[in-house]
Amino acid sequence: MFSLPSALRLSPRWAPYVLISPFLILFAVFGVFPLLFSLYLAFQSWEPTSGLGAMEYVGVANFVFALGDEWFWKSLKNTLWLAVAAGAPQHLVAIPLAVFIHNSFRRLRDGIVGAYFLPYITSTVAIAIMFSALFSTDFGLINAGLGLVGVGPVDWLNEPASLKPVIASVVFWRYLGFNVVLYLAALQTIPKDLYEAATMDGASRWQQFWWITLPSIRPMMFFGVTLSVVGGLQLFEEPFILTRGNGGTDQAGMTAAVYLYRMAFDFNDFGGASAMSWLLFTVVVALTWLTNRTFRPKGGAA
Amino acid sequence: MKRMSGPLVPWAAYAVVGVGALITLAPFYFMFVFATQSRTNIFNLPPPLWFGDDLVTNLKILTERLPFWRNLGWSVYVALASTALTLLFCSMAGYAFALMEFRFKKALFTLVIATMLLPSFMSMIPTFMIMDALGWIDQHRALYIPGAASAFGIFLMRQFASTAVPKELIEAARMDGCGEFAIYWRIVLPLLKPALGTLGLITFISSWNNFIGPLIVMRSVDNYTLPLALRSLQSTLNTEWGALMTGSAIATIPLLILFAVSSRQLIAGLTAGAVK
Repeated sequence: MFSLPSALRLSPRWAPYVLISPFLILFAVFGVFPLLFSLYLAFQSWEPTSGLGAMEYVGVANFVFALGDEWFWKSLKNTLWLAVAAGAPQHLVAIPLAVFIHNSFRRLRDGIVGAYFLPYITSTVAIAIMFSALFSTDFGLINAGLGLVGVGPVDWLNEPASLKPVIASVVFWRYLGFNVVLYLAALQTIPKDLYEAATMDGASRWQQFWWITLPSIRPMMFFGVTLSVVGGLQLFEEPFILTRGNGGTDQAGMTAAVYLYRMAFDFNDFGGASAMSWLLFTVVVALTWLTNRTFRPKGGAA
Repeated sequence: MKRMSGPLVPWAAYAVVGVGALITLAPFYFMFVFATQSRTNIFNLPPPLWFGDDLVTNLKILTERLPFWRNLGWSVYVALASTALTLLFCSMAGYAFALMEFRFKKALFTLVIATMLLPSFMSMIPTFMIMDALGWIDQHRALYIPGAASAFGIFLMRQFASTAVPKELIEAARMDGCGEFAIYWRIVLPLLKPALGTLGLITFISSWNNFIGPLIVMRSVDNYTLPLALRSLQSTLNTEWGALMTGSAIATIPLLILFAVSSRQLIAGLTAGAVK
């Protein structure tokens, strides 16, 4: 053991505080302070280019503006649409997929799970760029394929009607494997004898799925759906890249987070953007609470 | 032991799962195929399904349009710095939360959990403001310092430390006159090795992929990390798709390698919060 001069030695009394000090300092400087400042900023009118002195107290004007702003509501609607359209299928597909992999794959299991999981760890930018090429009008692979069966070409990324489904499918593709892994983890905790007993009692496979599997993975469904809701409501990178940073034709792909970014960094309205971020925060909290009430496992469910 | 499925499961289900996996992997395949094709080839009818021979040309365009190797270097630098700092800070805090008693411990740990739930858009504007105030705009430290005491990392370390580090060992060392810092460095850190590996992987990957962070604070192309650099190519008219695909493929290769050697550890770590 090496020894330090006694003045530098940590006394057990102070050790924990020294050990957590990096967390405390970083959290205060880059977490708490900026957050409080953004709350303050929400009541100011300010453009960063004109210096801190140019800040002006405007009361709730920023909030009033946001609530009357057509783009704000539009971006909120887009966000909810995308959160549902990208989120719900993730779980509807991931649950049966996980059950099937759990029951029927042994040797190939890691490979299959890995294949579905891979999109989750790759760069959103690289992915979104790739999908922009695939969905390109003249002649991305998808339109070329559709052309073979006499459809199209569809202007996927410029038509408001197709832009949202494209974004949703990219998000679905990216997070499906993550959810599969969550459900696989939950399935592993179900005792095998439950199924054996059910089989002896003559329960069909469908009945076993409905009465044993689903109730057992309910806590994980709650967790997974909460993650999807919270994640879906802050969707930023996929729509940002796929619409080249502007939200797309007719703002069809503009999520709330993208609008927030544009308001601050394209339109230089930091006060307005701060007010909007707090409004959005309220929406996220409310919807998370709602998910909680809907999906929370009742009582002490297994 | 008989599984509930066995031969009863129709082969069609296997086919669906297999085809699904192939569809999931297809975009990666085409990313690498397109990386070797010229811009005109990519959008030919029919589109290329196999590798071409324009990789060198694409790389040339890429390095003409961007300081690409510099951007790659910055990505590596930021990811390594961020990994090193995160491992240090999170293991320190995780150890303290798991094995030490101090005032406000419960409240502080609740705070750690709470920050994990804070939506990322909440910090977008404040982050810019604080970086501006510190004079860190366009500085790489703005990318690796703020997140270095990540809530996820502290949580992961605490979970692991509370089972892997025996309290008696710490107390015995203390009795022997071992200093607190030496206990952390010589006893706790080695015991945390498996969790450090997992957290290191996750931190490296998320830094490598980080887009919002650099988008908000980085200003000059010379200082861009890869995702931002690639995106800047996309926003010009007449996008050089071949070159862009080559760049995206190069940015993806390190992730594929990391995933190939550690997918189990990575998957377990990333879903650690879910499995108590």
